[in-house]
Amino acid sequence: MSNIHIENLNVWFGEHEERVDAVKGATFDVPSGASFGLVGESGSGKSTILRAMVGLVPTWSGNMSVGELELGKKRPKAFYKDVQMVFQDPYASLHPRHSVDQMLGETLSLHGFKDIDNRIMQLLDDVGLGPAFRFRYPHQLSGGQRQRVAIARALAPKPTVILLDEPTSALDVSVQAEVLNLLADLREEHKLTYLMVSHNLAVVAHMCDATAVMKNGEIVEVMTVEDMRAMKPKHPYTKHLLDSSFGYRPDAEQSA
Amino acid sequence: MSPLLDVENLRVTFPTRQGEFEAVRGVSFTLGKERLGIVGESGSGKSLTGRAILRLIRKPGRVEADKMELNGRDLLSMNKKQMQGVRGQEISMVMQDPKFSLNPVMTIANQIMEIYRFHTGASKKSAYAKGIEMLEAVSIRDPERVMKSYPHEMSGGMGQRIMIAMMLVTEPKILIADEPTSALDVSVQTQVMSIIDRLVRDRGMGLIFISHDLNLVSSFCDRVLIMYAGRVVEVLDAGKLHDAKHPYTRGLLGSLPRIDDPKTRLEVLQRDAKWREAPSVSGRI
Repeated sequence: MSNIHIENLNVWFGEHEERVDAVKGATFDVPSGASFGLVGESGSGKSTILRAMVGLVPTWSGNMSVGELELGKKRPKAFYKDVQMVFQDPYASLHPRHSVDQMLGETLSLHGFKDIDNRIMQLLDDVGLGPAFRFRYPHQLSGGQRQRVAIARALAPKPTVILLDEPTSALDVSVQAEVLNLLADLREEHKLTYLMVSHNLAVVAHMCDATAVMKNGEIVEVMTVEDMRAMKPKHPYTKHLLDSSFGYRPDAEQSA
Repeated sequence: MSPLLDVENLRVTFPTRQGEFEAVRGVSFTLGKERLGIVGESGSGKSLTGRAILRLIRKPGRVEADKMELNGRDLLSMNKKQMQGVRGQEISMVMQDPKFSLNPVMTIANQIMEIYRFHTGASKKSAYAKGIEMLEAVSIRDPERVMKSYPHEMSGGMGQRIMIAMMLVTEPKILIADEPTSALDVSVQTQVMSIIDRLVRDRGMGLIFISHDLNLVSSFCDRVLIMYAGRVVEVLDAGKLHDAKHPYTRGLLGSLPRIDDPKTRLEVLQRDAKWREAPSVSGRI
């Protein structure tokens, strides 16, 4: 069980004149076992927050902590066991020449697990893939099955926090439903904390208890799912996003 | 009134090592001055249907149909040159991602003018004026500057609007839009949709709107064809999408999370082998 605490987080790329501030003063809290969403358009900095958390972006300032651990420039090995990430595109995030068995086995051995054989079977079972999938390569899997493998890999080191970066946006709606159901079940079963990035408000409303709306690197509003369902946004940008997610309305024209 | 486009029993076949693969299996529909949506999952044949109309299926793929007529003229028997006259001039197509459909080493001005001059033989000066006019029609604020730019200097939303401007500069009668907004952000999406909406209405064009987004299509189009495994399983008036009868359409609708209707679990689509074999529903009127 770990809660996430982010305070006054700034992330930037480039130096001097070329400096771009991707995230500006982001502050939010995710209670242990909760599910928190980050929404916004491309370039709003939502994925950058996740990348800064796992240490993929070194240029950041502010305070981040997961559970008891205050995150610094270097993270202890236990952090990588505790926090795992699932990426957007299952076609790009799996090694094309590693079988499912190799992919899961490598993660497990890196994290010092014994009994890898049984653990792989257990993981495949957890994500609803049978033992038949164990020795397949990514090109022999459909998009939904690949995302299940990516989720199994994230679950392998027994994390308490999973960062999800648009986990279903590359999938068809029917497959999206399966993956979202799976994620909900796993959270329940393994008592996980989710931090989920998406551009789809309906997906976030379905999965998360609270959501931060981002625009140009800043969090403009943190709203609970009840407020979202009641269509009670405080910020005009959130209202615009909510309106757009109900399909096309000719009267809403030119509101952009 | 006779329809702009009349398609009967359209089939697209690809030979494979395991024998012939039929990706589109007997699709029939007509298109008048209306907005027709085609919805389906990846691999349902919706994009191929759009491409087959323009005969953009590369060999060894084959396009066959009992009838494929544009204003009473048979599209299938046209030779290359005649087809060139149809593409871009009478039927235009907007593709999914502007990054891949604009030429990266040509300025916007050259690309728009090339199309216009190819089809009309107009002078450079009048083609340039026409280009500016079209960019204004798609709500681009500074058309002079945009004309001088290269595609990489444009954002995704701008790029898609430029594509639409380019496709409509010849004033075609039919526009085929293949997922024109799925590479764009939700907020930009609305803007691009309203531009397409306005242009189609003002110019009295026919629109074929191909998408996987049921909500978007039902709120935008007049009629919707729902495709599954290369066949049309249901034809609906767009406003009545939520009264859909076919279990596949119902399953797709049920699997969408909704902001206004919370569910603890999403419905999962149970596919039925019978759907694949059921004959295609005709979308002809």
